[in-house]
Amino acid sequence: MIGLKIIKRKPLPGWVKIIIPVVAVVITLIFSAVPILIAGGNLWKSYYYLFYGALGTRYNLLETFVKASPLIFTGLAVAFAFRAKFWNIGAEGQLLAGALLATWVGINFTGVPQFLLLPIVIISGFIGGGIWASIPAILKTKLKVDDVVSSLLLNYVMIHIMGTLLFGPLQQAGSSWPRSPGILEAARYPMLLARSRFHLGIPLAFLAVLIIWFINDKTVFGYQSKAVGVNIKAANFGGINTTSVILKTALISGGLAGLAGVGELCAIHYHLLMDISPGYGYSGIVIAMLGNLHPLGVVFASFFFSIVLVGAHTMSRMTGVPTYIAEVIQGMALIIMLISLLLTEYKIRVVRK
Amino acid sequence: MANNKKPVIEMRSITKRFLDVTANKNINFTLSPGEICALLGENGAGKTTLMNILFGYYSCDEGDIYIKGEKVKLSSPKDAISRGVGMIHQHFTLVPSQTVLENIIVGTDSEKGIFLNLKSARVKLLQLQDRFGLQVNPEAKVWTLAVGEKQKVEILKALYRNVDILIMDEPTAVLAPSETIELFKTLKSLAKEGRSIIFISHKLNEVMEISDRIVILRNGEVVAEKKTSETNTKELANLMVGREILERIKRKEVAPGKSVLEIDNLTVINDKGLEAVKKANMIVRKNEILGIAGVSGNGQRELSEVLFGLREPVTGSIKINGKPVKTGSPVSAIQLGIGRVPEDRIETGLMMDLSVEENLILESHISPNFHNKGLINFKNIHHFSDVLIEEYNIKTAGRNAEVKSLSGGNLQKLILARELDGKPILVVASQPTRGLDVGAMEYIHQRMLEEKERGAAVVLISEDLDEIFTLSDRIMVMYEGEVMGDVPIEKATREQIGLLMCGVKK
Repeated sequence: MIGLKIIKRKPLPGWVKIIIPVVAVVITLIFSAVPILIAGGNLWKSYYYLFYGALGTRYNLLETFVKASPLIFTGLAVAFAFRAKFWNIGAEGQLLAGALLATWVGINFTGVPQFLLLPIVIISGFIGGGIWASIPAILKTKLKVDDVVSSLLLNYVMIHIMGTLLFGPLQQAGSSWPRSPGILEAARYPMLLARSRFHLGIPLAFLAVLIIWFINDKTVFGYQSKAVGVNIKAANFGGINTTSVILKTALISGGLAGLAGVGELCAIHYHLLMDISPGYGYSGIVIAMLGNLHPLGVVFASFFFSIVLVGAHTMSRMTGVPTYIAEVIQGMALIIMLISLLLTEYKIRVVRK
Repeated sequence: MANNKKPVIEMRSITKRFLDVTANKNINFTLSPGEICALLGENGAGKTTLMNILFGYYSCDEGDIYIKGEKVKLSSPKDAISRGVGMIHQHFTLVPSQTVLENIIVGTDSEKGIFLNLKSARVKLLQLQDRFGLQVNPEAKVWTLAVGEKQKVEILKALYRNVDILIMDEPTAVLAPSETIELFKTLKSLAKEGRSIIFISHKLNEVMEISDRIVILRNGEVVAEKKTSETNTKELANLMVGREILERIKRKEVAPGKSVLEIDNLTVINDKGLEAVKKANMIVRKNEILGIAGVSGNGQRELSEVLFGLREPVTGSIKINGKPVKTGSPVSAIQLGIGRVPEDRIETGLMMDLSVEENLILESHISPNFHNKGLINFKNIHHFSDVLIEEYNIKTAGRNAEVKSLSGGNLQKLILARELDGKPILVVASQPTRGLDVGAMEYIHQRMLEEKERGAAVVLISEDLDEIFTLSDRIMVMYEGEVMGDVPIEKATREQIGLLMCGVKK
């Protein structure tokens, strides 16, 4: 009889880690041919319009940046949390929490000087997301509640809180839609390039990448959160206050997700809407994995995703392949990345029994 | 029981290797019907490995197994059970949220098909209970049961499957004394019915009480086989522990100084809620090594965890240099200058996915020398790591190499480097050479002696008697949570310590 046996590999050299996501993306694109062909699309044409639609014109290229901004924030949020093995699956809820608090501030803080309002809105978005993420962190550290479950379920809690508010006290007067009043003019992100939606949130996302990279590699806190992630028992033995590290990690992670919500609010919609996020928080999980939990990897993965999301529209228009293909590609990317990561640790051998 | 009957189990020339370690070397083992045979040996002697082979968990690399005269190849516990071999592990394999009956019928015919055949299963179970006096309510949820009752369920589970050869892996380790007495009654009644029992243990008194025959294992080999009626605990202790002495290392006589560690009336509860350390008292002085001998699992882990700052004691006080210690805080242990060498170096001591350097700075990364307002000072840290790697002769590709690429001996050197660098006033080392090769072992012994000569007070917790006798100035023994003995090395004999380790007080 022939069977398969899974054997642990010797550690691979460091450059493999960099190659893996690239390989995963290529394999994803190869496998994506199957659904594209099933949908009746011409393969080369489809891929051509996918990339042309995302990168081919000035406006589309800048739209790809616009789409990448919230993805970078949520991807970074998840990557930062996962590095400390705080399994934050709740970036979606934290994004909404951030947007919610920012909306409240952006509507009501009429008295503050114009130039101060936007920074206050941004900070409040960070705090909103951070507080929401600290709930599963507190439950985890104090009561040993599983963080995967609690952070995930809190997404739904936040969606319903938002619904309650948007159909109630926060609903725009005279509107029959669940949407908040518009935020103040001074709370809007400035547009940085003419004839596009290239807004302040994009450079902010890159700044966040640099800051997280710096925290990870250069600071005592970055060392401690890595230690907690690798072996919490040893970290505790070595005198690291693991509870405090997890809480701080959660605050930063949730805060980053909150900033994704601020960007969508202040640069795209100007009102809080039920569908302010088409699942950026969930995409963030895939992006973090695809980016190997490294800030730079997150940027790379975010752009891959935003290219697919933006380009899918053009592809759909030109070839008739539905835009849902974008989600298929995302899902496939996650699975292929996970398998690739598994194969860096283990190898599969065919054995004769 | 009579040995003239045909054996039910015959294991011939069994050899089993795990990577470089040979866990079983050319072992022959037989078992007669109706016999209670004890497998005696220290931890790591190969008892459990041998039985796991018989139970189909592992396959042996060499050798043959015969069950009831038939040569068999066991590829899973299911194979073993179908041939009548059952094994009851130290850690139970029951589903806490289900009832006793449901646990017992799992995987049997009563469970096959769409509907559970609970009625007939219940009748069969009650018959078994009556026959062997194993009274447990079949409808009780398992989580509500006491440990002794859970064990009864495990035994019933085996009997339900018509097992007539029962392997019990250290069954008394989790039991209270009264439960042990009850278990022994059950085992004897099983044997009377013609069933055979293999009893794995390292407790001499129990082995003497329950078994007909004793097979002693050491370092993976059978060193002796005795009829219980023809031996005594003293002989068994010697056989179990061995007599080889490493004499390459010489202790230097240093007059001990003032007392550094004082433990008074210390009681500690383990994770199961049982008293693991019972009213322990001890004093360790400057320039002195106190060896704490004992078979592991007698409270050493909990004692060391209290000293490491990982566990809160229930009562009692710990003083260092006369000052009470804040317990349950690793930070305070580090600040007090305790060098801590934990017994599970991979789980507690190291971060295997991080680099040598990242592991070396674990306890000192917050020192002002290594950071400036939260920013890591890499220059100083690199220098620190390079010096330690050199000084402790850690064989590694460099400070950036992942720790998991290091050998066991070098892992332990890394821990020593980290723990001893601050010149601790107290060193607590738990099983510091377990699993290490002779070279690394000698290095670590040398280091411990140097610490003592430098002026540290050293607590050495070890189940290796050779190690205890090579290094200690005074020896104490832990048995079932009690710390006893306190014999100066000049007056200590192996027989005496070996007997204390097995709970035999003179």
